[in-house]
Amino acid sequence: MANIILTSLLSMGGLGLVLGGGLAIASKKLAVETDPRADAIVEALPGANCGACGYPGCSGLSKAIVEGKAPINACPVGGAKVAAKIAEIMGVSDTGSADDKKIARVLCQGDKSKAKNKSEYHGVMTCKAASMVNGGPKGCAFACIGFGDCVKVCPVNAITMGENGLPIIDEEKCTGCNLCVKTCPKMVIALTPGKNEVHVRCRATMKGKDTRAVCSIGCIACKQCEKVCPFDAIHVKDNVAVIDYEKCRNCMLCVEKCPTKSITAAFPTRKKAVIIEEKCIGCTLCAKSCPVNAITGEVKKVHVVNQELCIGCGICIEKCRKDAIKMVRETQGKCDSCEACAASK
Amino acid sequence: MAKELFFIIIGAVFVNNFVLSRFLGQCPFLGVSSKTETAVGMGMATTFVLTMTAVAAYFLQNYVLAPYGLEPFLQIVSFILVIASLVQLVEMVVLKISPALYNAFGIFLPLITTNCIVMGAALLIPMYKYNLIKSIALGLGAGLGFTLALVLMSGIREEMEFHDVPEALKGPAIVFITAGLLSMIFLGFTGLVPLG
Repeated sequence: MANIILTSLLSMGGLGLVLGGGLAIASKKLAVETDPRADAIVEALPGANCGACGYPGCSGLSKAIVEGKAPINACPVGGAKVAAKIAEIMGVSDTGSADDKKIARVLCQGDKSKAKNKSEYHGVMTCKAASMVNGGPKGCAFACIGFGDCVKVCPVNAITMGENGLPIIDEEKCTGCNLCVKTCPKMVIALTPGKNEVHVRCRATMKGKDTRAVCSIGCIACKQCEKVCPFDAIHVKDNVAVIDYEKCRNCMLCVEKCPTKSITAAFPTRKKAVIIEEKCIGCTLCAKSCPVNAITGEVKKVHVVNQELCIGCGICIEKCRKDAIKMVRETQGKCDSCEACAASK
Repeated sequence: MAKELFFIIIGAVFVNNFVLSRFLGQCPFLGVSSKTETAVGMGMATTFVLTMTAVAAYFLQNYVLAPYGLEPFLQIVSFILVIASLVQLVEMVVLKISPALYNAFGIFLPLITTNCIVMGAALLIPMYKYNLIKSIALGLGAGLGFTLALVLMSGIREEMEFHDVPEALKGPAIVFITAGLLSMIFLGFTGLVPLG
């Protein structure tokens, strides 16, 4: 009996020793030079090997990042935190997450007080079920029903239902996974570029008069935004204004002009151009290019930006050959129509 | 001898297919069979590891376990040990010799450690008292059989994407039914070669 215990101990121990030793030697002999940054990135990644990035596991993604094939914010699970860590490893200061990130935004402002119900709904309390009954309880056929199908489907709990019956999306938490967009039966949620701040929050394609009848904050297709836009970025199509996100430069002129407030923007993020006096040579290029004539100054003299008129479109910066213009964030909000401004003041 | 080897390989591929007749390795069979491309990759990697394991299992059985009478209680433990280190070694060697092949195998290679076909084949070798050549043939046949089942399944699943599956059967349900039908089809090979 003791003999068997001894032999099994010895043989298994020996086997373990041989295999372990063999592997140790093999790992030394067969070591492949890997980029130390790749190893560091693997450490920084969540390590779940979920494959959501499209690469085979976290190590696959780390290699792609090191080779420059994947952006540093490619991990949708880690979000901004992990992207920041990877940026540090890769020696890149800007994470680029705000620029490339897509964020789901609710393109409807028809809450309980603004978009009246045409009928009372008693039934299964999901947007999907309600939308099947004569297009839902809301008077506007395009309005958010507000039963929170998007809240339930969001995997990162970025959506909460506001008191006024409209979902609120936490833009920091949103990973742009598109699940809420697919779930919403009214299609009022859309994936929009994270860098764009101006949005038409209405999708009603009825005639202006009909929209006004069912909702006090819907787009009535008055085309004032189209006229005021210096960049040809907003157009009324099928009785509703649509922003070309490629062309829009967040100048927010249309937001100020919109009579129904159906276009919104985060005014605290609006920027202002400031001329660096030491660098300006008075070439007048900026003054000529400014769409709102906010820059004045004589030839060969330092130019001045009228802060009241400047819309922060950034065209003058592109035109300036001396890097004499910088953009600064407007410290005070100009309007108090939305909560964001009121809070920042 | 050649005839026997032929029977062993054909037997492992068709008659006693490890997936469809012995019902081993169901996890990768259902998990990695959604695309033909990955199915082929997984099949090739498994075949490679299976053949290597067959050799290792033969030597371990005949030179360590059997001579010292440790077979009854240390067989499974020692096989797990050998398979795990073998896969590790194979991974290192492949990475060194052919990074392209390593990238093609990707995540599949380490996953094979826990594939029960590998264990099953290793345990069958002492059971049938195969010699070294026959063991290699069994490992190779088992791998090829696994590849065949995986590729067949992935082909059907790719085709199924375009068809109107009843709501209740969508997802894993229809895949399991398909696997069952495939298994029944493979019963048709029974009697093709003498058992054992």
